[in-house]
Amino acid sequence: MSSEAMAAERPNYLNATTGLKSWLLTLDHKRIGILYLLGVSAFFVLGGIFAMLIRLELVTPAGDLVQPDAYNRLFTSHGVLMVFFFLIPAIPGVLGNFLIPIMIGTKDLAFPRLNLLSWYLFMAGGTMALGGIIAGGVDTGWTFYTPYSSTYTMTAVIPVGLGVFVNGFSGILTGLNFMVTIHRMRAPGMTWFRLPLFVWSHYATSLIQVLGTPVLAITLVLLVFERAFHIGVFDPTRGGDPVFFQHLFWFYSHPAVYIMILPSMAVISELIAAFARKRIFGYHAVAFASIGIAVLGFLVWGHHMFVSGQSVYAGTAFSLLTMLVAIPSAIKVFNWSFTLYQGSVSFQTPMLYALGFIGLFMIGGLTGVFLGTLGFDVHVHDTYFVVAHFHYVMVGGTIMGYLGGLHYWWPKITGKLYPEFWGKISALLVFVGFNLTFFPQFLLGYMGMPRRYHAYPEEWQVLNVLSSAGASILGLGFVLPVLYFAWSLKKGPLAGRNPWGARGLEWETDSPPPTLNFDEPPVMNHEVYPYADGEPGSTSGMKPASAH
Amino acid sequence: MSDIHVVPVKIYVAVFLTLMVLTAITVAVAFVDLGALNNVVMLGIAVAKATLVVLFFMHVKYGTRLVPLVAAGGFFWLLILFGFTLSDYLSRGWLGAGTPWMR
Ligand SMILES: [Cu+2]
Repeated sequence: MSSEAMAAERPNYLNATTGLKSWLLTLDHKRIGILYLLGVSAFFVLGGIFAMLIRLELVTPAGDLVQPDAYNRLFTSHGVLMVFFFLIPAIPGVLGNFLIPIMIGTKDLAFPRLNLLSWYLFMAGGTMALGGIIAGGVDTGWTFYTPYSSTYTMTAVIPVGLGVFVNGFSGILTGLNFMVTIHRMRAPGMTWFRLPLFVWSHYATSLIQVLGTPVLAITLVLLVFERAFHIGVFDPTRGGDPVFFQHLFWFYSHPAVYIMILPSMAVISELIAAFARKRIFGYHAVAFASIGIAVLGFLVWGHHMFVSGQSVYAGTAFSLLTMLVAIPSAIKVFNWSFTLYQGSVSFQTPMLYALGFIGLFMIGGLTGVFLGTLGFDVHVHDTYFVVAHFHYVMVGGTIMGYLGGLHYWWPKITGKLYPEFWGKISALLVFVGFNLTFFPQFLLGYMGMPRRYHAYPEEWQVLNVLSSAGASILGLGFVLPVLYFAWSLKKGPLAGRNPWGARGLEWETDSPPPTLNFDEPPVMNHEVYPYADGEPGSTSGMKPASAH
Repeated sequence: MSDIHVVPVKIYVAVFLTLMVLTAITVAVAFVDLGALNNVVMLGIAVAKATLVVLFFMHVKYGTRLVPLVAAGGFFWLLILFGFTLSDYLSRGWLGAGTPWMR
């Protein structure tokens, strides 16, 4: 047995202590990452079930599976659970938590107790929202627009709104924790420009969490007060304005798209470097593009309000500013592409997800430019074109990055290898299923099919059936990793420290890492991504520990 | 940690008394009719009080330079929220191009 195979039996963060209590009261950022993995997975399954019911209803033009009221509750539950309790916390909560301290060479986040509190707030918020969904449901859409949400709906806006409010604090505290950690706890030699781009992108995400989420929180409190006590902020008969809710809501919720996509871009930068065996081309540009996206993202929210009654002058300004976000996004895509040029590219599962991300994010991002264009947006407003666009960004972007990252770091997190063949199959299923689900929705939207209806004219059935068929393939693509990841825990070969032959501090410690992450406090004495010119790629896939 | 700044209790008391005096002035001014100036005075006092709290009670005055920068960043973001939202409300009626229900 080699020394690395022995490593798996050494004390690590998984076997250091045992029992339920040691997990529920853990202060270890790695264990909290696992807790997030369990939490976000549960909400993803629930949100996915609602999505499946939606697609099942839309197989036929008639509204035959559910009544309109139930359908409104279905898409609202799907949106609320997926956006607030999966997409936003998934990558920072699971991968960010696990990796940021290891990547910067320290033993934990700056505030371990605050980190555990974040997870409990996330679970408490999710439970409250879920309670509201079960008790009566909400039918406002995930955007909770007034005056419907404040005055007219009879559904459970208050518990669900409060659940999202509580969950907001989880995000704020995580962002704060990451920022302080990145500022104060870097290993000796780990300068700002030696930080992996994963860390830069999470820093940008944290900026948004800290600056934006409080506004969402206060907006939801105002909504709850409006509903419960009729304070009148959003009520024109009392001098309020329902459109004001949209300003406040989108001030957070547009940047929230970047809370979802920046961590995914964080993962993609690591995957591209590892599987092209090259330093990321234009490292500084990619790092600053993350910050640029975070800042510019706050200046464009009015593009959600072109037909809301917002002033046309404000609309024009927001439309122009929206175009600016395309610049840092394009900088990233071009630099990733240049990194591939003359790299030793190998097509392992994580890389398939990364390449899928680039293609899908391009479509999602560019259709975002369409929608940011005032005139075109008026035409396709509230149609499936919008639904297709943001699913390309959120599923094609965030989930591709999340799954790619989960596969890439799975050997590090668990110490076990998953079957690469099945990984590739699932990556292909996700890519094909995703496109089949959402590309027809661009066409449907362009033809005028409105979103949020349970029935539609017969001529749109073929495209809707294609979309539903794609959703089942996509669902299968999501089920497969659950099966082989679970298998790998029991029967997977031991991973060893660095199964991909990748660079980065996380690959210089055991898999799974010891509780304090490193045996000796690491020193960063070289540049980031130190791949040699013409270094061969890992064409043979993951190397198990015994292969060394 | 050696970089924790210990603030003398005297300063806390002084700040607290200043806040109380400013509160008293706010109440007093409410009984005097200054027209539009009332709002200006009230908001001015509120800003002064908030500044005292942020600088002394929240220790922004004693932190490294990063701390005031972060605090100022928060207020700048608030300015973005107010400014851009006002860009909608203030320009709705321009050139008769307002929204139907504003006309
Ligand atoms: Cu937006």
